[in-house]
Amino acid sequence: MSEKTFIHILDSSLRDGSHALSHQYTAAQVSSVARGLDDAGVEMIEVSHGDGLGGSTVTYGFSKQSEMELIQAAAEVIKNGKLAVLLLPGIGTKDDLKMAADYGAKVAQIATHVTEADIAEQHIGVAKKMGMEVIGMLMLSHMASPEKIAEQGKLMESFGADVVLVTDSAGALLPDTVKQRVAALRGALKIGVGFHGHNNLSLAVANSVAAIEEGARWIDACTCGLGAGSGNTPTEVLTAVLDKMGYETGINLWKIMDVAENIVRPIMPKPVRIGKVSLTMGYAGVYSSFLLHADKAAEQFGVDARDILVELGKRKVVGGQEDMIVEVAMMLAEKQKQDARA
Amino acid sequence: MEKTAVAILGSGNIGTDLMYKLKRSKFLRPVIMAGIVADSEGLARARQEGLAITSEGIEGLLKQKETFEIVFDATTAGAHKIHAPLLRDAKKIAIDLTPAAVGPYVIPLVNLEEHVGESNLNLVSCGGQATVPLVSALDEVAPVEYAEIVATIASKSAGPGTRQNIDEFTDTTARGLEKIGHAARGKAIIVLNPAEPPILMRNTVHGVLTSADEGKILRSIESMVGRIKEYVPGYRLRAKPLIQDLSNGSSKKKVTLFVEVEGAGDFLPKYAGNLDIMTSAAVKVGEEISRHLRAGTWKKPTAEVIQ
Repeated sequence: MSEKTFIHILDSSLRDGSHALSHQYTAAQVSSVARGLDDAGVEMIEVSHGDGLGGSTVTYGFSKQSEMELIQAAAEVIKNGKLAVLLLPGIGTKDDLKMAADYGAKVAQIATHVTEADIAEQHIGVAKKMGMEVIGMLMLSHMASPEKIAEQGKLMESFGADVVLVTDSAGALLPDTVKQRVAALRGALKIGVGFHGHNNLSLAVANSVAAIEEGARWIDACTCGLGAGSGNTPTEVLTAVLDKMGYETGINLWKIMDVAENIVRPIMPKPVRIGKVSLTMGYAGVYSSFLLHADKAAEQFGVDARDILVELGKRKVVGGQEDMIVEVAMMLAEKQKQDARA
Repeated sequence: MEKTAVAILGSGNIGTDLMYKLKRSKFLRPVIMAGIVADSEGLARARQEGLAITSEGIEGLLKQKETFEIVFDATTAGAHKIHAPLLRDAKKIAIDLTPAAVGPYVIPLVNLEEHVGESNLNLVSCGGQATVPLVSALDEVAPVEYAEIVATIASKSAGPGTRQNIDEFTDTTARGLEKIGHAARGKAIIVLNPAEPPILMRNTVHGVLTSADEGKILRSIESMVGRIKEYVPGYRLRAKPLIQDLSNGSSKKKVTLFVEVEGAGDFLPKYAGNLDIMTSAAVKVGEEISRHLRAGTWKKPTAEVIQ
């Protein structure tokens, strides 16, 4: 019997998934989801504000309960897996990371825009010093060439990262363009390579499989396909697909289905689906976290959310620039008014 | 009227841009630039502009025959920590553009008068210079419970120092919002945007006020923007201030301001409004000090003895 290849799964239902709930998780909900994921055999369970540690703000939406309370709630119930957190340099700071580590976080995902890896040097260094496993994320990977991604991945490797993920924050990559980026990282790095997908073009699972075929061994996912935009790769679906393909994830398929169906789905305010706005994100290549903010601004200012996204795309905004959404919506509303007068 | 003679320490992009701004000042006169790279473009340009130059850094500067009263330090935080005691011993007033924060944080329109007589003043951060005056303007209308800013700068305008220590920006700017802007709580976010052509520096400022009259808010903001424009001509609001009620039914107001800073393009590119606002604020602080020096009032207030 040959040894099966192991794929490391990080479930982000309690981090990226928190976008779909506008960051309104309670400690009790976090506790029950984390317990379920841990019992199902998930290796890494991520808990943070959707925009990472320190993300609870006017700009990104305030968390219902403080992040550290949520992290603590998860830490108390995780017995076998590892507690993970996300940090975006520029939003959260090293102090946030230290606090998370004090509460028991063992894995730190440190994410930057795909061309700006050098702002993560200190945070990766601090996390490593505290004994954490570090996963570097190159966000909006579709905006850079495979060569650029290799260069930026090497920077993260030189800072001490253990893994680098091609991060398709806009859900805009296709299986072929995922493969090119994973191959470029694999060719340039000695450390592990992985993939974080979004389902805006209904390709999250297919892209994850494409990444694995190219040698990626770390995959991010969310139960019920929670997550920003049209959601992430659904953990329970990915588990089934990888099992059929002969990969090992350590996850019990029946149990992860039960977590999705019985624990996570009842918490969801509405199903995560591919709607016209989130599809536009994948099509135009816009940061998935903008979805609910764009919906809200569209309603407030009486404009089409898709027009907001297309305009944001033209202005080449990057992750973290949620503040641009309201400004663009105001500008479009003003333009509509003028057009109506003309 | 005799202009106050000043020196520039650092011959990089910032020091060079600062030189051109100082040349235009009605109150300050740059007399020397000190660098550590003999063939740097900055020193060459300084010589062209008629300044004395030295490539021996702080030592070279302090043994010059030229007299000057103020030194603008446009080097690095590490270097300024070495320069600060030497400048103090030489009785020079230091205006520190680095993040070293040896002296108190100063935003020219807001708190300079609180630090009259100090021998070393620090300019906070670019985000602080761009946003703290607005938070202070809100605070004049009603207490600010919370201030949050997002500064977005062109990737090309962020040097290695900023990149290696991005937390310095977020921490320093947040403290500036609290200590100088008087927000009860402050939060700062910085985003680097690599778009080509490079974007101008943008800042979004959110302030949560305990209560407020919309007219008063608008007038206070308009007046502050006008005063900032006097020393940063490319500073402007991108859209009308957005004033909203908080959704929880309280009388609190959320004010959102959208600001853009275009540089003057003296030496730094125009998109680098984040750097321009630092050199502009430095000149403004220097001019205020010059005014005090001429009036003989650049002295710390004498402590009153309470019996």
